[in-house]
Parts: sequence; structure tokens; C-alpha cells
Amino acid sequence: MEFALSEEHRLFRDTVRGFVAKEVRPRARHIDETGEFPWDAIRKMGELGLLGLDVPEAYGGMGADTLSVAILFEELGAGCGSTALVAEAHLCLGTAAIVMFGSEAQKQRYLPALASGQSLAGLGLTEPGAGSDLVHGIRTTARRDGNEWVINGAKMWLTNAGVADYVVLLVRTGPEGGSRSLSQMIVPTDTPGFEVGPPEKKMGLHGAWSHAVSLDNVRVPLENLLGEENMGLHQTLQVLDGGRIAIAALALGIARSAYEAALQYARERTTFGKPLVEHQAIQFKLADMATRIEAARLMIYRAAWLKDQGQPFTKEAAMAKLVATETAEFVTREAIQIHGGYGYSREYEVERMYRDARLMSIGEGTTEIMKMVIGKRLVTE
Amino acid sequence: MKYVVCLKQTPDTTELPKITPEQALAGNEGATLVLNPWDEYAVEEGIRLKERFGGETVALSMGPESVDQALRSALAMGCDRAVRLWDPSFADSDYWSTALILARGIEKDGGADIIVTGKMSVDGNAAAVAHGIACKLGIPLLTQVARVVDVSDGRITVERLLDEGRETVTAPLPVVISVVKEINEPRYPTFIRIRKASRTPIPVLSAADLNIAPEEVGQAAARVRWTHLVKPEPKKRQVTIIEGDTPEEKARKLLDYLMDVEKVL
Ligand SMILES: Cc1cc2nc3c(=O)[nH]c(=O)nc-3n(C[C@H](O)[C@H](O)[C@H](O)COP(=O)(O)OP(=O)(O)OC[C@H]3O[C@@H](n4cnc5c(N)ncnc54)[C@H](O)[C@@H]3O)c2cc1C
Repeated sequence: MEFALSEEHRLFRDTVRGFVAKEVRPRARHIDETGEFPWDAIRKMGELGLLGLDVPEAYGGMGADTLSVAILFEELGAGCGSTALVAEAHLCLGTAAIVMFGSEAQKQRYLPALASGQSLAGLGLTEPGAGSDLVHGIRTTARRDGNEWVINGAKMWLTNAGVADYVVLLVRTGPEGGSRSLSQMIVPTDTPGFEVGPPEKKMGLHGAWSHAVSLDNVRVPLENLLGEENMGLHQTLQVLDGGRIAIAALALGIARSAYEAALQYARERTTFGKPLVEHQAIQFKLADMATRIEAARLMIYRAAWLKDQGQPFTKEAAMAKLVATETAEFVTREAIQIHGGYGYSREYEVERMYRDARLMSIGEGTTEIMKMVIGKRLVTE
Repeated sequence: MKYVVCLKQTPDTTELPKITPEQALAGNEGATLVLNPWDEYAVEEGIRLKERFGGETVALSMGPESVDQALRSALAMGCDRAVRLWDPSFADSDYWSTALILARGIEKDGGADIIVTGKMSVDGNAAAVAHGIACKLGIPLLTQVARVVDVSDGRITVERLLDEGRETVTAPLPVVISVVKEINEPRYPTFIRIRKASRTPIPVLSAADLNIAPEEVGQAAARVRWTHLVKPEPKKRQVTIIEGDTPEEKARKLLDYLMDVEKVL
């Protein structure tokens, strides 16, 4: 058993950490306050190949493994939740769906631009009436008409919809319902009838724009079907398995940053004649925070390792997401507590981290859904 | 053309405040070690020289195995090769001995047309090693280099950044140049380069390889001795930021402040 990062992963982590310190974190507050899209950082990440990190080299990606993806998102999350979520939805949701289920022609056509960040992508599952329950909830339909699919319906919370060139949508193609009635479609966002609403007003992650999208007779060629017809739900769940490792890492990054900020603050602030760090009650908080962060990281790394070994990892990814995202909420809360009143002020980064962290146990499968995934595996394995 | 970049591994500057004088004296800082920030500009310039004028760029450092990490950063940015110089007798070498070891390393590696160093290291802050290398090799030294204008016909022309302005000078090759941060914007390595760098073997040259006797280096030969190290008191200053929509408004507020609050006018 080997717990140290390889030289390649260490060098990658240090590089990304340096990049985030210089190009991402200094902008995080501005992005949060203004709701601007993090174009600067996203463009630079594209140039460095980070937006195609685990896309195979044959399609212009970097061909990196899942552990590298986890390292990337921990570092990005530590710098700016918004920037991290934009990259995550692009790389681990929209682009990943094409990597995993695209035909050779689709991969050749879409991946080079996506891997280099020239184009961004997103994944549209959620609808006004469908979130956790996609099978029964999805109303958006695609029906064949000659050489085309005609898509009608509405999506909700589609991250990157306003900036992406392509989104992958989960739509109903089989009227009989059930788990074999949904399909994935690649939809260019400039197709007539694809209408993107304004960015939703949210509690945090203000620079990661999520939109309501309406689909009114959106026509795409038959060849835009991704993977197999009526197998869209199974495909989606596989994409989400991988995405959960990344979102867990993103949450871990937020937690780490909040913990570091709290530790530093506790060293500087004095009460009752000694620095906060010397009060046992504060040390206990720091101990809980650091321990849960460590546990989450080990679970994320293990899920990533299983995926890279080609072994089943659904349960482990769900466990990692569950622990890491709940850890992020716990740690950001405690970080504010250690800051006292200042923690509640926008002057301190922990206030933003607390709000950003809150999404992590909801998006890409809620905590409750993670427990359902884990539970189902436990009783059937 | 061959370019050699001499670089050092130093504690991460964000962690410098944590280091105690005792740790610094013992050479055991307990901090994350990174490529000396000033040397990032040197590495970048070494790579740009290769891109502009052709040839090979070699990263060179004196230090124990942990220094491989800094050398790998240089490889990941785009250096072609890296060489490390180490021998137990090199420990505790001062600037002068370090310069001797680096100069011998350069000679052993077949010499260089342009040797690039950073302005100084963030831990030692001496800005002396470049001078030492030039002295040992008996070649010209150009400090404060902010731009390499040209390299041709066996000569280099650079702009030096001085307090009064910029000065353009020409020197024959081989030459040592020490560069300032105005010279470039260091690149970030791409993942593919990182992968390559992490697999590139880094040869180590020992005292015997470099023909260096134990009494020439290390504590034995040190001319500089650190006898007393103190940490400056952290500066405690009150900062007031004057807000305003226009420069005029800010200036008016500043004036009011200086006259009414500080009463300095
Ligand atoms: C900022 C942001 C970005 C997003 N980006 C995207 C995106 O890019 N693409 C996309 O498709 N979606 C996106 N979403 C949507 C997100 O994936 C959904 O909000 C999430 O899956 C939950 O679905 P829901 O909101 O419909 O909640 P519901 O499914 O209605 O769930 C409500 C509550 O009930 C619980 N619950 C549901 N079913 C059960 C059950 N069987 N047993 C116990 N508890 C249950 C849930 O855990 C939750 O607590 C985003 C959301 C946000 C806030």
C-alpha cells in the first residue's frame, strides 16, 4: 500500500496550486460579489489543457487519470468555488458524457474544441418537475421527424447553458416510460428554439451560471443521439458516478481552504489572555475539521483509484461524495464559528466558502440520494 | 547554443513568517520547499532563449535529493535536461563555495554560452552566487537584466534595469546574466510536460566527479558565518483605504483626512 502521491501527481498538484494562488483565488471575492463569469481563469485553464484533463490525448486532451482530476478540483475548490464548478460541469459532466458514450465521429467532432476550452459544455438532467427522480420526472421529449430529432420541454439549473457551445440533454424517447425510455442528445446551444433564461439568483457560487432552458421544437440531426437510444438513464448514472469524485474533491477543496483560514485566524486572535489556538475547545474544533478533511481525501483518492483500475466504484464514489460534501458544510460552519462575528462578515473568505459549500450536498445527487445509492449496493452486493 | 539555468530550492514565501531563527540556523525550516520565485524568471528566460535562438537549456542545482523537485519544476516548464550537484561535503556551503560547485558543474557538463540565474534567493537574499560563478569561470556578468535584446555573433545585448532607468549593454559570450522579474511572465507547465518531467532521470554529480576536495567547500571553507539570526518584529500599521468614485473625490477625502484627522498639513 502506498499513500504518497507519485512524482507526476505531486508536480501536477504543486503546479495547479501555484496557478490557483495566482490566477483563481485573488479573483474569487470579486466574482462572488459581482456574479461575473470567471472568463480569465477559464481561458487560462483552457490554454494549459486543464479543461480537457482526462480527455484522451487522441482527441486533444491530456489523457490524465482520475486521481489527477481529483487533485485539480481540490485545488480549484480551494481557490474559488464558482470557477471550480464551471470547470467541473464542463469537464466531468458535459464533456465526460461524450468521452464515455460518443461514437468515433462524435468524439472527433466535439472533443478537440471542448478539451482545449475553445468550447464549453454542460449536462442537462434536472427539469422543473424532475431532479432526484429522473425516471418518472422527465417530461422533455425527443421525437423522430425524418432525419432529425425534435426536442420539446424545459430544463432547470443547467450549469454553463449560457456560455456553452454544446450541452448534453437527457430526454424522453420512449413513451412507455421506465428506465429504458430516456436518451442523451448532443444539442448545440445556438439551435433555434433553445432559449436560455438569465442566470438563477443563488445563495453562493455566483460566478457559475445555472439557467432555466426552454426547448421549443429544437431540431438536431439524428446523429446527435449520444450512445444508445433509450439507454440514456444508465449512461447518465455512469457519467454521474465519475462526476461525484470531482464534486467531492471540489467540496474538499472548499473545506481545506476554510480550515486553513480558521487555523490562521485562531493563531492571530487572542481571547482571555491567550491565542484562540491554545483554547482546548478551539483545538477540538480544529481536530474535528482536520480529521474529517483527511478522511474525505482518502475516500476520494480511493474511489479515483478504483475507477482508474477499471473496478466498480459507484458505491465508493457515492460514499466519498457523501462524506466530502457534508464535511465541507461542517468545516465551513466551524470556520465561521472560530472567526466569531468576523466570520459572518463579507470581509472574510469563510463567509463565501460557507455559501459555496452549501450546494455540494445537493448537486449531482443529494446526500439522501447518495445514501440510497450506497444502501442499494450494500443490500444487493 | 547552450543555456544553463542555476536554480535553488527555497521555502515557500507564504510560510516564511512561520520559520523561527533556530530552524533557519539549523537549515531545517520545516516549510514547503519550492523553486525560488526569482529563479522562475531565470528558468523562463532560459527556455525563451532556446526558443528564440535555438539550442539546449539545462537546469542546474546544488543540493540534496529533495532539490529534484525544484529541478523537475524547471523540466516541466520546458528545460531539456536537469543536473544536480551533491555530496555530503557540500552541506553548509556559503555563497562562494556554492558558486564554486556550480561553476565546476557547468564545466563538467561541457560549459555554457549563457548562464542564467535569478536576482537572488528568497531565503538568503544575498544576490552573490551569480557574481561568484562569473568570477570562478572568469567570464562577464550582467546583473539586473530586464530584457535580452539579441544574441548573435558571439555577443549578447541586454537591457539592465537600474534605479535611474534602463541601460543597454553588450558583452561577449560566454556570459552570466542574472535576471529581474520584469524580464518575463513565467509559464505554467502543461500536464503533458509534467508527465514527461516526472519521468526524466536527473543525474547527480558528486565532489569526486567535480574534482572538488572536501576542504574547498562546506563549513570548512565558508567565509560567511551566520552567528546571530533574529526575526524582525512584524510591522503593525493601521491601514486606511480612502474610497471614492473619482480620483478627485478620493484626493479631496485624503486632503481632509491629512488636515483634520492626522493634522499633518
Ligand atoms: C447551483 C446548481 C447547479 C446545478 N447544476 C445542474 C446541472 O448542471 N445540470 C442538472 O441537470 N442539474 C443541475 N442542478 C440540479 C441538481 O442536480 C438538483 O437540484 C438535484 O439533483 C436535486 O433535485 P431537485 O432539486 O429536483 O430536488 P428533489 O429531487 O425534488 O429533492 C428534494 C429533497 O428530497 C430528497 N429526496 C428526493 N427523493 C428522495 C427519496 N427517494 N428518499 C429520500 N429523500 C429524497 C432530496 O434529497 C432533497 O433533499 C443544479 C442545482 C444547483 C442548485
